[in-house]
Amino acid sequence: MNIPADLRYTKSHEWVRREADGSVTVGITDHAQEMLGDLVFIELPAVGKTLATAAQAAVVESVKAASDIYAPVAGTITSVNQAAADAPESVNQDAYAAWLFRMQPANAADVDTLLDATGYQQAVESE
Amino acid sequence: MQQKTVLNDAHRRLGAKMVDFGGWDMPLHYGSQIEEHHAVRRDCGMFDVSHMCAVDVAGSGAKAFLLRLLANNVGKLRQAGKALYSAMLNDGGGVVDDLIVYYLDDTHFRLVINAGTAQKDLSWMAARLADWKLDVSVTPRRDLAMIAVQGPHAREKVWQVLPEARAASAEIGPFCAVVVGDFFIASTGYTGEDGFEITLPAAKAEAFWQALLAAGVHPCGLGARDTLRLEAGMNLYGQDMDEAISPLDAGLAWTVDLNAERDFVGKAALLQNGQRRKFAGLVLLDKGVLRAHQKVITAQGDGEITSGTFSPTMQQSIALARLPPGVAEGDTVHVDIRDKHLAAKVVKPPFVRNGKILV
Repeated sequence: MNIPADLRYTKSHEWVRREADGSVTVGITDHAQEMLGDLVFIELPAVGKTLATAAQAAVVESVKAASDIYAPVAGTITSVNQAAADAPESVNQDAYAAWLFRMQPANAADVDTLLDATGYQQAVESE
Repeated sequence: MQQKTVLNDAHRRLGAKMVDFGGWDMPLHYGSQIEEHHAVRRDCGMFDVSHMCAVDVAGSGAKAFLLRLLANNVGKLRQAGKALYSAMLNDGGGVVDDLIVYYLDDTHFRLVINAGTAQKDLSWMAARLADWKLDVSVTPRRDLAMIAVQGPHAREKVWQVLPEARAASAEIGPFCAVVVGDFFIASTGYTGEDGFEITLPAAKAEAFWQALLAAGVHPCGLGARDTLRLEAGMNLYGQDMDEAISPLDAGLAWTVDLNAERDFVGKAALLQNGQRRKFAGLVLLDKGVLRAHQKVITAQGDGEITSGTFSPTMQQSIALARLPPGVAEGDTVHVDIRDKHLAAKVVKPPFVRNGKILV
């Protein structure tokens, strides 16, 4: 299972990367893309939208089904990756390169409460 | 307990992602559902469909039994091996199952019924048989396996592996079967492509599967089977119709014979109710994916999507839907997807046949 050690994770299979400017970049894990199968459509949030922790932020659809993607922390959407929406298969090819959106967390310390790579691995294994 | 086909180990060795389908442990895909879909449209793919159940109907009353049991007319079948697609209805005109019936002679028929409905179908047939007191035996053939080989190169691949079948199966027309040794080779399918559905002894299935694999046939799972059948405009039982839905409201009027004098189960209800809904295809004009149970908003009232997916061939989302009467092909309707109303065009299925987009 591909779970980079330098990222944070949620039990709902989002990965989170802290950026130098204090924002976080969010995508879905390699495990998530594998479970979903071939992705064919991605609906991204509106820039400027404010979301609570675990609020629905985006939707990814595979041939099989639609899945909600949640805000890992509370905050405001600062940018979205239109290139991923234009080529949903890029998420299947490299889930950690094809990020979905960036947020400015309302509270920077919230990021520390997310799972680390070991914690996420355990969460996946206990599913 | 979950049932397994004789090819279960073969699927696992190929790294298939397995899912439960109607109580059966079946391959969803072997890596990429979309690549498997394209393999069938462009080259040749194979599906383990051994979860479906072959049922032999034999005896002096076999023809009379099926004439009364099925909504389509087996009286039309005169050539050995000829196949007919039919619904089997309940007294209310709802669909108990959809199936293919092969005519062997007036006292021998073979049905192929769905996996999830097999037990229900067999009970239904046994009860009708008891009522009608006909001399008929109904025998499920779980000793058989079924492999569908589909795609523009399917025939030549099958003949490469089974050269003795070439002469006999090259001659048969569409929707027909021929017996070669203990292989039952039918020019039927659920993909909209040329090919064969081959019923064979379960003990020979693994070797045949491996030989097809060695010949370059792509293994394909139920995921691709679903997108292929939907592009081909073919119904899926339990989704596009069920016991509460009339075949006339599920786009199956062409399979129901209401003209002949013959009576059959459900006929009176169909005549009384007539067609109440229009069954049509939808092509999504906006971006998104149509899914079963989404609401369709039309000028004539609301309808419902019964099957929806992303079409790998068209690179657009497509669906089958039950709509209010009066909606016409060419109309633009709207589909409620997560509270957004996205535009879709009403079309006549099929969407794709023999590799060509038709809508």
